[in-house]
Amino acid sequence: MQAFSRLYQTIDQTTSTNAKVAAMVDYFRDADPRDAAWAVYFLSGRRIKRLVGSSLLRQWLTELSELPDWLVEDTYASVGDLAETIALLLTRAGDSTEQLTLAEWVETRLLPLRGRDAEAQRAIVTGWWAGQSYEQCYIVTKLLTGSLRVGVSQTLLGRAIAQTADLPRPAILHRLMGEWEATPDFYRALIAEDDGEAALSRPYPFCLAAPLEDAPGLDTAEDADQVAGALGDPADWQVEWKWDGIRAQLVRRQGQSFLWSRGEELIGTRFPEIVDAAERLPDGCVLDGEILPWKNETGILPFAELQRRIGRKTVGKKLLGEVPCLFLAYDLIEHAGEDIRQRPMRERRERLESLLARKDDATSGDERLRLSERVLADDWRALATLRTESRERLVEGFMLKRQDSPYGTGRQRGLWWKWKIEPHTVDAVMLYAQAGHGRRSNLFTDYTFGVWDGDTLVPFAKAYSGLTNQEIERLDKWIRRHTIERFGPVRSVKLQQVFELAFEGINRSTRHKSGIAVRFPRIARWREDLGIEDADSLEDVKRLIEGGGDGGE
Amino acid sequence: MARPAPLIEATDRGLLCAAGGFTIDPWKPVETSLVTHAHADHARPVAKVTYASHASIPLLRKRLGENLELRGVDWGEPLVFGDTRVSFHPAGHVLGSSQIRVERTAGQNAGEVWVFTGDFKRDPDPSCEAFELVTCDTFITEATFALPVYRWQPGEVVAREIFDWWQLMKQSERPAVLFGYSLGKAQRVLAELTRFTDEAVYLHGAVHPLTELYREAGVHMLPTLKIDLRDKSVDYRGKLIIAPPGASGSTWMRRFANASTGFCSGWMRVRGNRRRRGYDRGFVLSDHADWPGLLRTIEETGATRILTTHGQSASLVRLLRERGLDAAELSTPFSVDDAGDDAADRETDQDQAGGKQAEGKRAGDTPADEGQA
Repeated sequence: MQAFSRLYQTIDQTTSTNAKVAAMVDYFRDADPRDAAWAVYFLSGRRIKRLVGSSLLRQWLTELSELPDWLVEDTYASVGDLAETIALLLTRAGDSTEQLTLAEWVETRLLPLRGRDAEAQRAIVTGWWAGQSYEQCYIVTKLLTGSLRVGVSQTLLGRAIAQTADLPRPAILHRLMGEWEATPDFYRALIAEDDGEAALSRPYPFCLAAPLEDAPGLDTAEDADQVAGALGDPADWQVEWKWDGIRAQLVRRQGQSFLWSRGEELIGTRFPEIVDAAERLPDGCVLDGEILPWKNETGILPFAELQRRIGRKTVGKKLLGEVPCLFLAYDLIEHAGEDIRQRPMRERRERLESLLARKDDATSGDERLRLSERVLADDWRALATLRTESRERLVEGFMLKRQDSPYGTGRQRGLWWKWKIEPHTVDAVMLYAQAGHGRRSNLFTDYTFGVWDGDTLVPFAKAYSGLTNQEIERLDKWIRRHTIERFGPVRSVKLQQVFELAFEGINRSTRHKSGIAVRFPRIARWREDLGIEDADSLEDVKRLIEGGGDGGE
Repeated sequence: MARPAPLIEATDRGLLCAAGGFTIDPWKPVETSLVTHAHADHARPVAKVTYASHASIPLLRKRLGENLELRGVDWGEPLVFGDTRVSFHPAGHVLGSSQIRVERTAGQNAGEVWVFTGDFKRDPDPSCEAFELVTCDTFITEATFALPVYRWQPGEVVAREIFDWWQLMKQSERPAVLFGYSLGKAQRVLAELTRFTDEAVYLHGAVHPLTELYREAGVHMLPTLKIDLRDKSVDYRGKLIIAPPGASGSTWMRRFANASTGFCSGWMRVRGNRRRRGYDRGFVLSDHADWPGLLRTIEETGATRILTTHGQSASLVRLLRERGLDAAELSTPFSVDDAGDDAADRETDQDQAGGKQAEGKRAGDTPADEGQA
């Protein structure tokens, strides 16, 4: 455990990714496979299924700290992390004499806690707290309470293991996918010679579009004539609707299908209908596209429906029936076993159309693999008019891809543009603030905003992002000096600050006090130039629904 | 029975003592001020006459300007202001930092004693006078770190951590840039480090003149060199560099390629505070009282009434009330930064930044510079 605790500290005490990788390589080089397997398990963000509830841990902490329970709660709210609060309150400086390894800790101490009664658990766990140094207490309690977030991404971990094993990183990342047990055999297989398995499933780096507003010579993407000036002949462009789902690559090789998210995660088990449909694809092809919730009868479903499928490792029949998904193909980047990313968009599109057309003939009725249709118009004005239908169509605007563009790596300025519709915006007054967690602990970063309903302000949205770090720190200070009341971790503040909030969708809702629910609310601007009387009213907001919202619930 | 008028009250100008006709640490123009210490949130050039401890005078001159009328006071020297007797006592926060004792000498409540701590700490600090306990009836205390997680290790132990980090950077041939407030923290580190080495430390232009004043006051510190960015011959690899937090993220840092960065502050006790600021290392070294220090001091003063001046003290006030004391928060603009709202650091001399310090990256503007609770 000491070696792992040192690794944790080393990673935690540097902001350099190279230093983090070097520390992991050092650790893995010396680690016993049994320990290394658990280290990989925790560093990759996996966690032990909950052994002890957090309310019990808080209760024991209160008893041991000999502080009033409200003070322990105040302290926890300020620190923002339970394991850290426990370590800060209960341990003294000094070295630990602990000799158990990470695997021994997990297998002979942590896991056997499961199924013991609360009294036995209390005796064991509080014994650990008392006898540990700060670092050990923190790590052990972290493992007990959840995942060990330490600023190591999957990619970084993959880099470290790849370096340790002298193997390509994608091979390691592939082997880390899915569910596995932290056994010495798993670790040995992880660092064994490349068996070609990863090459079989390997996706390509995604090609991304830049916002059209960034195009040279363009002040606003809302003026069709300016767009025409910047982009030229519409015939040079392939125009598609910009769909709002999960961007993915569908890999079909040697009779097997692999569905990858942009986060390089294999998500095939979550979308079995798509993997089934992929069986009809020929070997040696890779499609780029979007996973969308879509019913054959009614078309696309609201994004909220897709959220019911995201995050589920497996899906039941009922959900499959309620929220069927399809793969809307944008591009073909490997064909007949050949990487065709450098061929022009026009050619790739033709190949994609013939590939999917042939399949559609053979499988009439099943449209789980669909082609993203091209939007054809004579000029940019006509496209601009069509674009105003975006909200009704549940899309975010247009994608514009040059007919001669390759499938690039990363964000492409000039070749691929996204012509998104402007978000809705509302000026709202800050009502409440709450401290965040982790990196944002001890800092007020979670805000609730209200709009006028007659002469009172009703809460209508929460937002967590959109401000710069400087603004957050400044606002934090303001909040501390202008707190009216405290409700546990939440503070009501003086009604003074107005913010312009942007959001994508808006719906009527019976669950919210205001009667409306908004999607992706974020802070667009801090409107220090506005007084609270300038904020919008609930009526203003409701008009957005009528004037092109996503429709009622 | 109606409570008598308070001897000291928080007004929109400062902590006013009407019976004595003076204001402590004023933030708006007044006739007569008593200043506890030279940090920018306590010392502003707003009074016609300013009284402060002798040791504070050179620091106040440096930070507030030569033209201010300053009057030095000895430790414990009795001064009479109106219907009060006043004295200054060491607060252990930075060089010259004072607690101010005020005793009412006339009227119904003659004999009552109030003490305002300014900022204080109980831990030994080789760079300033040790805290002196002053008993009183009403204790106005800072409460910057008023939660039980804030417990300090001795300065010597933290200095050892800083030294070890410096040596590690020496091995890996990287500069070690340590951020800490330019008045107090920097000199405390320089004094503590004399236990381990006599190697010279490089100082940012905002830190250097204040360090010279400490040296003139007889504080024993490591030798120091003022950084001259125009001198390209200096090799900073393996060197320790001390700079104000505002220099973090500024163009000034470009000179120190591949540096490891550390920050000295009590706030570093909590991991999220360090992670958010993006420093490699956080060293928990504070010039404020920690939680046990606050509770112990409150008890030892014998005061029955406790007023807190820093806005984060709701939990402390509640705890004191549960213990039967009369406690309340006073509203003041004193900063919860670990060493005052180091506004003077904004006056980083221009040659340090080559005159090109980016807008919005000046000290005081960067998030790194802002302490909070």
